[in-house]
Amino acid sequence: RAEWAWPVKKTLSKTGVKNIVLVDGVRTPFLQSGTTYADLMPHDLARTALQGLLNRTGIPKDAVDYIIYGTVIQEVKTSNVAREAALGAGFSDRIPAHTVTMACISSNQAMTTAVGMIAAGQCDAVVAGGVEFMSDVPIRHSRKMRKTMLSLNKAKTLGARLALLGSIRPAHLAPELPAVAEFSTEETMGHSADRLAAAFGVSRREQDEYALRSHSLAKRAQDEGLLSDVVGFKVPGKDIVSKDNGIRPSSMEQMAKLKPAFVKPHGTVTAANSSYLTDGASAVLIMSEEKALALGYKPKAYLRDFVYVSQDPKDQLLLGPSYATPKVLERSGLKLADIDVFEFHEAFAGQILSNLKAMDSDWFAKTYMGRTSKVGSPPLDKFNLWGGSLSLGHPFGATGCRLVTTVAHRLKKEGGQYGLVAACAAGGQGHAMVIEAYPQ
Amino acid sequence: GVATSCGCSVQITRSRRNTLFSGIHTCCTFAWTHVNYEIKGDVAVIRISDPNSKVNTLSLQMQKEMTEVMDEVMGNSAIKSVVLISSKPGCFIAGADINMIQACKSTEEVTRLSQEGQKIFEKIEKSPKPIVAAINGSCLGGGLEFAIACQYRVATKSKKTALGTPEVMLGLLPGAGGTQRLPKMIGLPNAFDMMLTGRNIRADKAKKMGLVHQLVDTLGPGLKSPEERTIEYLEEVAIDCARGIVNKKLALTKEMNMMQKIQDHVMSYSFVQNRIYSTVEKKVLKQTKGLYPAPMKIIECVKAGMEQGPDAGYLAESQNFGKLAMTPESKALVGLYHGQVACKKNRFGVPEKEVKTLAILGAGLIGAGIAQVTVEKSINTILKDITEEALNQGQHQVYKGLNDKTKKKSITSFERDSILSNLTGQLDYSGFEKADMVIEAVFEDLAIKHKVLKEVEAVIPPNCVFASNTAALAIKDIAAASKRPEKVVGMHYFSPVDKMQLLEIITTDKTSKDTTASAVALGLKQGKVVIVVGDGPGFYTTRCLAPMLAEAVRVLQEGVDPKKLDSLTTGFGFPVGAATLADELGIDVAAHMAENLGKAFGSRFGGGNLELLKTMVAKGFKGRKSGKGFYIYQSEPKPKDINPELKEIVESYKMMPNPAVSSDSDVQYRLISRFVNEAVLCLQEGILTNPVEGDIGAVFGLGFPPFLGGPFRFVDNFGADKLVEKMKTFEEVFGNQFTPCQLLLDHAKDPSRKFHN
Repeated sequence: RAEWAWPVKKTLSKTGVKNIVLVDGVRTPFLQSGTTYADLMPHDLARTALQGLLNRTGIPKDAVDYIIYGTVIQEVKTSNVAREAALGAGFSDRIPAHTVTMACISSNQAMTTAVGMIAAGQCDAVVAGGVEFMSDVPIRHSRKMRKTMLSLNKAKTLGARLALLGSIRPAHLAPELPAVAEFSTEETMGHSADRLAAAFGVSRREQDEYALRSHSLAKRAQDEGLLSDVVGFKVPGKDIVSKDNGIRPSSMEQMAKLKPAFVKPHGTVTAANSSYLTDGASAVLIMSEEKALALGYKPKAYLRDFVYVSQDPKDQLLLGPSYATPKVLERSGLKLADIDVFEFHEAFAGQILSNLKAMDSDWFAKTYMGRTSKVGSPPLDKFNLWGGSLSLGHPFGATGCRLVTTVAHRLKKEGGQYGLVAACAAGGQGHAMVIEAYPQ
Repeated sequence: GVATSCGCSVQITRSRRNTLFSGIHTCCTFAWTHVNYEIKGDVAVIRISDPNSKVNTLSLQMQKEMTEVMDEVMGNSAIKSVVLISSKPGCFIAGADINMIQACKSTEEVTRLSQEGQKIFEKIEKSPKPIVAAINGSCLGGGLEFAIACQYRVATKSKKTALGTPEVMLGLLPGAGGTQRLPKMIGLPNAFDMMLTGRNIRADKAKKMGLVHQLVDTLGPGLKSPEERTIEYLEEVAIDCARGIVNKKLALTKEMNMMQKIQDHVMSYSFVQNRIYSTVEKKVLKQTKGLYPAPMKIIECVKAGMEQGPDAGYLAESQNFGKLAMTPESKALVGLYHGQVACKKNRFGVPEKEVKTLAILGAGLIGAGIAQVTVEKSINTILKDITEEALNQGQHQVYKGLNDKTKKKSITSFERDSILSNLTGQLDYSGFEKADMVIEAVFEDLAIKHKVLKEVEAVIPPNCVFASNTAALAIKDIAAASKRPEKVVGMHYFSPVDKMQLLEIITTDKTSKDTTASAVALGLKQGKVVIVVGDGPGFYTTRCLAPMLAEAVRVLQEGVDPKKLDSLTTGFGFPVGAATLADELGIDVAAHMAENLGKAFGSRFGGGNLELLKTMVAKGFKGRKSGKGFYIYQSEPKPKDINPELKEIVESYKMMPNPAVSSDSDVQYRLISRFVNEAVLCLQEGILTNPVEGDIGAVFGLGFPPFLGGPFRFVDNFGADKLVEKMKTFEEVFGNQFTPCQLLLDHAKDPSRKFHN
């Protein structure tokens, strides 16, 4: 009886679909913004990640067909940060590069763009990555001031210039700061997360407990040397940075003392149970399986099905994982129980816990997702076991690659076959990807 | 704990419940139908919900049950604090029960009602256990007075949350302590603003004013529906607040910044207060012309409380409340309220097909206005004109209307853009094959209307309704060109469409019921108060207006200048004077209307000389739109001056006034009686189905004085006999223009006959 001899879990390889593999992935240490990276520029971080990838994989600098980076808050001087970083990292100047943006799933978008290019047969080897630099953000002059200054460029006579200068009023001088708020709803993400937690009845205590878990697991992973995707960074004029610096397991008592950060005075989302502003960059090398094998690589994982979802940016802003998970599992013909490793982006403890509750609710699945039943809640003993965005940090554009690389590493370490990445993003969007371990 | 029995109908005796459940999580159902309570730890959560209505009102039953529940809660020593919440989504308490007041026969009876309310709320205010009002949805009138008697208020940020004292709009005052508590809570200026305008205060503003202490966000979907979970969340926060007050963790005094402290201090001086009273009184007199008694009584009550102490204040409040309830003004305004409610329902049933795509022909003021109120309701709207210039102007009008709302922060710029995405501006008929209804708002000319109708019928699907927006052309004449007259209906909008509440729908003998239902449904969706009238020249509203304007022209010819004419009409209670109204309407439109109706009705519609208007039009004095009419309009709208060239025109049509019928009061009654007689004639002829729609149409479409309640209520209150008597005097001088119609004569003969019971 042949079927009894089949492995419990089959490969997700599909006929007619190219096998695409993750060769390797690296990242800079993720640092709280305003710390050691403070004086750099975004492309410096991206460059470091790219150099790290070059070193780690030993790939020739001209063997890559294309480079894609994801980022959210763009430095206006390097708006195509992928190109600047690639040139700075010493890649051949013959390799085209572009930058994508999709909020917190920007580097996921970079990776899936790479997958698409390879699947379409246009490329064989693509570097994808992400970068975010919150130590410096573009703060603009007011619109009025900008208008005056632009007119000044065109003014032909001294008199016209003086008249323009004379028209400047104190109100012109108020700067415009970028806000982590939805353009469509004008609501900040933290505020939305607090409302989401309230909607799902997630208590402050549950959130603090989850955040503590994230920090404790990250600390353990760091101490045990599991975060092997981190590459050291000699910051010019400063020390070598080799570790994430935002991992700080606290105590429930300490965390309970914090006041709510967004919804006052009765809110539940605090600085301690939210991800923090982070500087960092990541990079992965993605290839067709044939190419990887031809170049003599032992790939780490297959990148399989992926989905993007989007929903109401007001009341369901951060529920992307709940929508994306059942959809991607369905595409892959898997059940939640088939997944060995879960890596979900932790924007807020309240957001993660709300998603877990949503996924475990038949009512929610039927009423809002048009499904017949719930997908189920991922078991916590498989979930974000090496920490998450809450503790490791969350450079918006860079987190996606960290999640995928971590899944690959955990699958190997834990001996699992399937991993699932899921993340929410501003704009009420979401993403999920199934990753399969590469046969040992 | 013991299993809860929320909602169960088992009646538990008082003693048994006390021994079994005291201090334990439970739910009490003591055969109460409107109010129940649940004990959560040491907090009693009192939930209100009227089982027979979508909204909660402070009916006698509600008051009785509330008193019983309160007594029980206060008597239970395990309960330390109380939360008061409504389990209805979108409504806390919408006010007192109007019928309860209307049922009273005397001033004393109403005063007693007020005093009972005052007593209940005094008990609430003096409760040793803090009571937190948890507000989601409308908290109006008596509901607001209840809330402000509580020690603490938490409100949701829901768009439906509105706090207000709308009593003044019914000719009443807040009669259960509102006039006494509000000024202390939010200061004199804010309190007067609320009580004298009756406007609704949204949650964020209420927090800033100090009307509520804390705000709670509305929630999206979780494990329950957003509405349900939001109420639960509000309750959870309110319970925390209640405990916080008991534990002294939450201060009851409002947080004030330096400005507010200074303001409060300044306000405490009596000369400052007196200054406020006199300013407010002046403003009220200027706006009401002394025709509305309620605002002055409100000021009087506030003053009594501030100057002579609470006892005098509460007494003044209850007595004035009783007096106001018996005034004809209040009865008229309450009548209008009921009428408005009736005209917000579709008596023609649910149409077979909902309008999902509306096409509008003509992007002028009216066409663009209709487009604005339609796109706001997320209906696909095609706006078509024949020139790019006209289309551009129309689309700009829609944008501007929405952008003004953005500036006022009632919608975000994103919402504005998203609403605008429902609008398609075009010069051709593409997409008309998907239209469920077409409203034409082209030039008022039968030939053009026929041309347009034929063009449209060639492209629309068979079940599409064709509606004509016209002020005077008979719909059957327009429908004469139609292949399917059962689908043709009139929809008379009033300008500016986004501000004027009325929509007059005109049906012909051939208009099908479903077509009417469809037109009414769209009007209601657009937020209109809808009346449905029969077909005929001028339908109802224009037909009432025309004789009044003809009379106004005669008055001008008699040498009364436009300013005086305006002050006579506004003095009677019209919001806009007759001359200004004609300028707003357009002198050309008025002339056109007068000519058409003159042809249809003959000399009865005469009076003023039509040539006067025509001469004005010939000289380019078409009213506001042309910059000159009876007045001249420069960039600043006010103060406007009389058009200096008018004198010469009037001079050439001069008439000698007859001193017997030319006093100020005579002029007013000449104007009003022609209006009213025509309205009654419309009912007599069946153009109107009922007097209610007649009153609503006149007040909301033509600005008939609201305190008179409309022409029919006016006849009831003034007396048909007295009106007929006046008209007969005028008839002797002017002839058939003042001949009372048969129905009016019938009412004059039999004083027991009334239009409204």
